[in-house]
Amino acid sequence: MNPVAMTPVATNPPVATPFFFYLLAATMIIGGILVITRKNAIHSAMALITALLAQAGLYLMLYAPFVAGVQIILYAGGIMVLFLFVIMLINLERNMKERQFNKQWLVGGIAALALGGLFISVYLKTTNAKALFPDGRLSYVEGQNTQAIAALLFDRGAGQYMFAFEIASLLLLVAIIGAVVMAKKRI
Amino acid sequence: MDAMLHITTLHYLVLGAALFLLGVIGVLTRRNVVIVLMSIELILNAVNLNLVAFSRYWQGMPARLGGGPGALHGQVFAIFVITDAAAEAAVGLGILIAFFRNKETVNVDEVNLLKW
Repeated sequence: MNPVAMTPVATNPPVATPFFFYLLAATMIIGGILVITRKNAIHSAMALITALLAQAGLYLMLYAPFVAGVQIILYAGGIMVLFLFVIMLINLERNMKERQFNKQWLVGGIAALALGGLFISVYLKTTNAKALFPDGRLSYVEGQNTQAIAALLFDRGAGQYMFAFEIASLLLLVAIIGAVVMAKKRI
Repeated sequence: MDAMLHITTLHYLVLGAALFLLGVIGVLTRRNVVIVLMSIELILNAVNLNLVAFSRYWQGMPARLGGGPGALHGQVFAIFVITDAAAEAAVGLGILIAFFRNKETVNVDEVNLLKW
């Protein structure tokens, strides 16, 4: 199946309103700030889950329902459960009474702010942002998104990413073996 | 005001940059290695948001430039990034458990075995 051949349907976004964008963006920013400031690692994980779910909403607004589903199932579901498991496995009681930021926090903060200044200067350079990023109205029925991604990943003719997909599965295998080997008491 | 009310790709890019910065600050300043790993997840998510936003942008471009409704390369790449994040989290937390078993600490600045 050729994904380019699909019929584009001009749709005006019903839910992709600026209100929802700013709501989800604020949720993500607040979640991110909570992640890096909380003392208790479990609270950080909860804030990160909130931010990831808000990001899934943003993916839906960007007409990427498959990525949104993968985000919820794999990220908010799988990876964060792994994080919570490890937080409960290791004993963080002592850590919570200690200093939370390292000695180079000032240097690190300045470096991060320099990076932020770089970002801001780049985005301010795009003075005519609307000409650079026009608001594409072209979209198609959402039921085809998953099919189109599957065609790119698996299809023999149009699938450009089949080899990369196999490499990714190899990477996951190596990661599983590595995690088991490292977490094992004696090999 | 019009720029505020019309959500373009640039809005998503600015949000991605803000999240990336939060992740960088977390990586550079926190001591708890679990939170450092979570900040890395934040960085990867910021990149993913940019990728999906660019994918949406390319879907609105003419097909002769490589755009059109089939231009889902950004979303495919986002899925690969999520796969890498899963692998990274598994290996990183495995290292964390092994380290905690040996040193009874999760602070990154106490990991100074290679320091001269």
